[in-house]
Amino acid sequence: MIELLVHILLLAGLVISAFMVWHMDDLISAAIAFGAFSFLLSLEFLMLQAPDVAIAEAGIGAGLTTAIFVIAIRGTEKDGGASE
Amino acid sequence: MNMSNLVRSGANIMMPFILVYGFYIVVHGHLTPGGGFQGGAVIATAVVLLMVAYSRADVFASIPKNVLKNSETAGLLLFIGTALLALTAGIAFFGNWLLGAGSLFGTPVAFGINPGDINTGGIIPILNIAVGIEVLGAMGILLLVMLGGMKGDAE
Repeated sequence: MIELLVHILLLAGLVISAFMVWHMDDLISAAIAFGAFSFLLSLEFLMLQAPDVAIAEAGIGAGLTTAIFVIAIRGTEKDGGASE
Repeated sequence: MNMSNLVRSGANIMMPFILVYGFYIVVHGHLTPGGGFQGGAVIATAVVLLMVAYSRADVFASIPKNVLKNSETAGLLLFIGTALLALTAGIAFFGNWLLGAGSLFGTPVAFGINPGDINTGGIIPILNIAVGIEVLGAMGILLLVMLGGMKGDAE
């Protein structure tokens, strides 16, 4: 029962964080939301009894991919008023 | 462009713990979940954390590209060398020539449920460590090259 509750919470968090990636205007905020998505996905892998995949997802998805996005965003310049 | 002081202090505090956790995953690869690839990725995360927190000039001054390149080559050579040494022992390619020898990683595995002994597994821990070194070098050089492609920011 408690396991089902954790599953539902994690999946709801996945949907919410995926929505936040789309909704954020600031690029850094979107990258951090994507990192949160990867972290929740690795917790979901852990709940599904796949700790090996969970460690790989936490290292690659939440760590390296977020760092790649942050480095790429640092390489760009902020252009004023370019929303839409 | 440096990140803020908060980000740099956080990176300084977090980095040794991430390093120790990554080495733990690599060395215990034959006992617990994880292994060379996962542990190497976690260690590379610690290196990349410094790249994110510090400015471009500091990163290129403190993380030499040659060390990462050489560690990637050394990991690959250790992997294939361990596999080739099995031929000299008279068994097949990738044969476990250290298993049961009583030397490094050579203790026989106890029967039944046990807490696990790190000194078992033969060549499997050595292959895990080789893959860990290789993945660390590959991920680090990937991010370093990507950082090098950026336009130069103000010192």
